[in-house]
Amino acid sequence: MIFTIAAKELRALFSSPLAWLVLTVVQVILGYGFLKRLDDFLQIQSQLAQLASPPGVTELVAAPTYATAAAVLLFAVPVLGMRMIAEERRNQTMTLLLSAPVSMSEIVLGKFTGLMAFLLLIIILVLVMPLTLAPSTSLDTGLLATLTLALMLLAASFAAVSLYASSLTSQPMAAALISFGLLLAMLFMGETAGDSLRARGWQIPAAFAQIFSPLRNFEPLGKGMLDSYAIICPLLLITAFLILAIRRLDGRRLRG
Amino acid sequence: MRHILGIFPLDHKATRRQTTIPPLMTSPASELTVSARGLSRHYGKHAAVRGLDLEVRQGEVLGLLGPNGAGKTTTMQMLTGNLAPSAGEILICGIDLLEQPVSAKAKIGYLPETPPLYRELNVAEYLRLAARLHRIPRSRCDSAVASAMERCGITDVAKKLIGSLSKGYQQRVGIAQAIVHEPDLIILDEPTVGLDPNQILDIRALIRELGRAHSVILSTHILTEVEAVCDRVQILHHGEMVFSNTIAGLREFQRGRTVTISLHRPPPIETLRRIEGVATVEDDGNGRFLIRFAPDCDPTANLVARAGAEDWGLNQLTPAQTSLEDVFVHLTRGGGAGETSGAAAVENKIAGKP
Repeated sequence: MIFTIAAKELRALFSSPLAWLVLTVVQVILGYGFLKRLDDFLQIQSQLAQLASPPGVTELVAAPTYATAAAVLLFAVPVLGMRMIAEERRNQTMTLLLSAPVSMSEIVLGKFTGLMAFLLLIIILVLVMPLTLAPSTSLDTGLLATLTLALMLLAASFAAVSLYASSLTSQPMAAALISFGLLLAMLFMGETAGDSLRARGWQIPAAFAQIFSPLRNFEPLGKGMLDSYAIICPLLLITAFLILAIRRLDGRRLRG
Repeated sequence: MRHILGIFPLDHKATRRQTTIPPLMTSPASELTVSARGLSRHYGKHAAVRGLDLEVRQGEVLGLLGPNGAGKTTTMQMLTGNLAPSAGEILICGIDLLEQPVSAKAKIGYLPETPPLYRELNVAEYLRLAARLHRIPRSRCDSAVASAMERCGITDVAKKLIGSLSKGYQQRVGIAQAIVHEPDLIILDEPTVGLDPNQILDIRALIRELGRAHSVILSTHILTEVEAVCDRVQILHHGEMVFSNTIAGLREFQRGRTVTISLHRPPPIETLRRIEGVATVEDDGNGRFLIRFAPDCDPTANLVARAGAEDWGLNQLTPAQTSLEDVFVHLTRGGGAGETSGAAAVENKIAGKP
């Protein structure tokens, strides 16, 4: 049932010009960034060769491209996710799902899966760019794998937040702004709160604050470090926001 | 229709007896597609629906009638699990909708006021989605969609985008969506609103046909529609049920409550008004008067006696031609009966109980 709803969401995304526009813009930005990095790398390659253990192409070209992708997703996901629930409510099509023998959790998980499928497409496009270098150079596949995992976790965190934001209002535009605001607030506050708490030696509150800091969790994986806490944190964040979205939909049924 | 010259023997006592048995109370629970008890819904302090009881048998078309804001849509939203009732219980084919929403919802097909259509899908894709959402196995989807499209007469637009269809066709797609999984209960919220007369006739015929195999609850404020398609009618007013009976019972209810008398030498209208049990008198100018009775009163005998004694020249007395409209207005404006008369009081009146 989750996949039926996910397929429907994916189809809805692809039948709107918005999704294609987002795909285009994201790809133009990332493609430009990737080529620029590659160009820079080729220019300094001879100098790098003199170092004892020079950083490779994966570290100097792929990793920054993934970091750019993370920043781009911060804008793209709220735009892609804003319609998920808000527009269904505005067009009063939500009734079809709510009257069907489907639970609220299935509806929310289905929508989340649909959005994630679309975001995975963006991530695959990001991954394909460094992979094109594979025939001519040796890539650090381990780093590429953790980078991809980090981007997936980041995208999923953003998706869960924007899905929740979309359940708060029946205006897609408002939903996009809410999720963008929420994400920015989480990035800044999670970061600063985590740092200042850790500086005072309060490890547990600091660790707790890290849950709300998607970019902070992106860093270790982005460096090729398989940090289990940095993997658990986004999973907790995703679960929390999906539960909030389910409760929100259920609340509408109860309160009307 | 029944213009009877001469004095009409007012036999509404006899006709009342025919409706003494409330149609649903005696049927075993297994036959009931819907059984809702004490259904209430509050929005803050405002009560949209209060203590509503509702039952539908298998193969029955129930009309939910009421003026705007009477609570019809709220009731339907509660029956379909879109809205949680503040109090009361709902059984769909014996399954508690609030306890086991998923298995109960599988037995319901719902067309809300605004059909929940995805404009970017074509008709066949959309119905396939609806079928899948109602847990029809993938292998049976195609045949289910094809039969729903055929029953609603939309096979020829199967490949068209829903957004490009006319309103009438969109409404049919909405109905097709509600029947694609062959539910036991179909709930249609104002299915003919905004359609042209031909489309209305088509949809009504469709609802009649659906009523043979499924149970149907239909909300409307068009009374002819109720007369045309429903077996039974419940009238809601201010969130309460003020009337519940069969269509025949509905007509009986009003007959005998109004008479037209024709007098050669009419007395002043005030004299007629003062007769005990007369609520209102309207003079149509040709010595004919439309007399409405006060609740629970039957002043006919009195009227005839006075006419004879005072030589008014009574030459015609007929039960006035009444339509559902009169009943509706009577019940929802409290014309004479007063708004305080609750469902029970009205039902008792119909059933001839004290």
